[in-house]
Amino acid sequence: MKISGSEILIECLKKEGVKHIFGYPGGVVLNIFDALYDNKDLRLILTRHEQGAVHAADGYARASGKVGVALVTSGPGATNTVTGIATASMDSIPLVVFSGQVPTMLIGNDAFQEADIVGITRPCTKYNYLVKDVKDLARIVREAFYIASSGRPGPVLIDLPKDVTVGKADFLWPELDIRSYKPTYEGNKWMITQGAQLIAKSKKPVIIAGGGVILSGASKELREFAEHTDIPVTMTLMGLGGFPGSHKLSLGMLGMHGTYYANKAVQDADLLIAVGMRFDDRVTGKVDSFAPNAKIIHIDIDPTSIKKNVRVDVPVVGDVKRVLAVMNKVLKEEVKEQWGEVRKAWLKQIGAWRAERPQTYTHSDEVIKPQFVVEKIYELTKGDAIITTEVGQNQMWTAQFYKFDKPRTLLTSGGLGTMGYGFPAAIGAQFAHPEKLVIDIAGDGSIQMNIQELATAVINKLPVKVAILSNRYLGMVRQWQELFFNERYSHTKLDENAPDFVKIAEAYGAVGLRATKPSEVEPVLKEAFRIKKTVFMDFVVDWKEKVYPMVPAGAAIDHMLFEQAEKKAEKKLKAVK
Amino acid sequence: MRHTISVLVENKFGVLSRVSGLFSGRGYNIESLSVGETIDPQVSVMTIVTTGDDSVIEQITKQLNKLIDVIKVTDMTELDHVEREMVLLKVSPRQQDKAEVLNLTEIFRGRIVDSSQKTYTIEITGDEKKIEAFVELMRPMGIKEFVRTGKVAITREGIKK
Repeated sequence: MKISGSEILIECLKKEGVKHIFGYPGGVVLNIFDALYDNKDLRLILTRHEQGAVHAADGYARASGKVGVALVTSGPGATNTVTGIATASMDSIPLVVFSGQVPTMLIGNDAFQEADIVGITRPCTKYNYLVKDVKDLARIVREAFYIASSGRPGPVLIDLPKDVTVGKADFLWPELDIRSYKPTYEGNKWMITQGAQLIAKSKKPVIIAGGGVILSGASKELREFAEHTDIPVTMTLMGLGGFPGSHKLSLGMLGMHGTYYANKAVQDADLLIAVGMRFDDRVTGKVDSFAPNAKIIHIDIDPTSIKKNVRVDVPVVGDVKRVLAVMNKVLKEEVKEQWGEVRKAWLKQIGAWRAERPQTYTHSDEVIKPQFVVEKIYELTKGDAIITTEVGQNQMWTAQFYKFDKPRTLLTSGGLGTMGYGFPAAIGAQFAHPEKLVIDIAGDGSIQMNIQELATAVINKLPVKVAILSNRYLGMVRQWQELFFNERYSHTKLDENAPDFVKIAEAYGAVGLRATKPSEVEPVLKEAFRIKKTVFMDFVVDWKEKVYPMVPAGAAIDHMLFEQAEKKAEKKLKAVK
Repeated sequence: MRHTISVLVENKFGVLSRVSGLFSGRGYNIESLSVGETIDPQVSVMTIVTTGDDSVIEQITKQLNKLIDVIKVTDMTELDHVEREMVLLKVSPRQQDKAEVLNLTEIFRGRIVDSSQKTYTIEITGDEKKIEAFVELMRPMGIKEFVRTGKVAITREGIKK
């Protein structure tokens, strides 16, 4: 029996196990929306902006491990998804985004609401399709979900001309056959053995865990690996939660705002075992001075990540989970070295660095320190929550002061650094885990970039909490201006009272709470967690607070600025310049 | 160093844009690019001439392989191979140079494919050095127009003795 393209699409989504779609209707997708109207299996969540829809699908994907799905109309609907798609692309998040397109016969005519979205998104998708014939639709949807979720995951866009959604064809669920796409999952055994030999010989090894650990579900294997070999673990921003932050071998995050001891350990290491990470510039600092004495074992599913930024001694292309499982086996059965004594000295040295400069800040009884809010959130949730962040100081303080023990509990835009990501991502995460506490730790700048999604949260009765660290500045940029631009705060000052976040929340039907003193932080958080509604918490924090430690852009990662020695370090920095 | 890279791709719309977008997006240089169908009409072959140090070429090869539509990438420079390029030249020689033009074309195994009262159009095929030499010799004869196809390359097969 022949059915319409819209119906075929719905059948395909059901086959792929999709339950939630985040979307926004428009002219050329009317037929799809009409087909969704009576459908009981698929729930379409109407956001208030297409960017919000894609971030929500992204948050859903990160929290659940499933493919996130978004559906938007042509032209502006499609172009509004670009930031969301690029965000997912940089962080390797599996998404399938459906965009409407003008009818095939009008494509290229500058028709109303036409945009060449396939051309526009080519560099920020893993792959994209323009469906030209309804007979190809089922195959393309199947391929898209497979490509999005296999290998190094990423977003895939499918552009659907209106006539394709109307045209009829038989629905056949095709076999997958993409001859030119065969991701490598199994690591080369010889390389893994070479790596194991290096590990056995190493006196000062460090593991750097990235987002790949979380994407491949390798937390258990990583923990077994680290514990068996007694090697300390530092994480990239994307890797947080991949290894327990409260574990004694955890060094926290490394890089530009990493811990002193993580950066010291990496710089002093004789061996780095990089697991599912890509040596981003925020991690390496000045590449030429990065880990000067270390040999590097690099495990990643994407061959292009290896040797892209740093030299690598032992490259292992493969799925992190499978490679680590083999590595653990090799280490236990073939290598059997005793590294106890050697490690003791190394861990003692790291302990000394940790004692020298612990991850901390100056407490205050007068003003709310933003780090204090993050610490309190951790204390009250005991780490049992899904945390999303916006981008900037709020993101870094969250990474520094919240100990992520489990994977998929931190959802943050790492690669692209998208302000406005956290709130819609929290909405997506709440749909994936209705029973969990989901908190967006935001800044007063970032939250305003997708604040319209308050309507989505309230109408869907989502108990999402938003903790706004209000410093009335675009804080991270202000921090750079203070440190490197002679305190010339060019266009980073936001208005003192506009907007009033409590009133905004109330206007949308959410609950608004405010804390202006440190003593009010805990009561406000407790109240927010108690209420089963969307809550905005406005924490009026110390605007002067900066994210420390900090490695200035272009410096080596052990060349750090600290709060305690602010002035002294500034001078030192000028000397370096 | 200069490399000639042969890329087998799915013969679909948009593939050329994916490949050229990869080069422009990552700041790699394309010196020449030629595309055509293979014996299998569903597969095309692109011959790309690019320059870069070893690490750049390694990245280019890996990035090309990562594209979903790319079936196979071969760096011809590492292999024994034959390269050819075709050039069409329109020259307008003085009366006294005409014989020399014909003579040189003969020596370089070129062909005159069109002529008028004032011009000859010459087709010449060969590797880079041969073409360069020919062009240099023709330059004083008055080159009016010049087009080239970009390189194509194929590997040599070993001969069993």
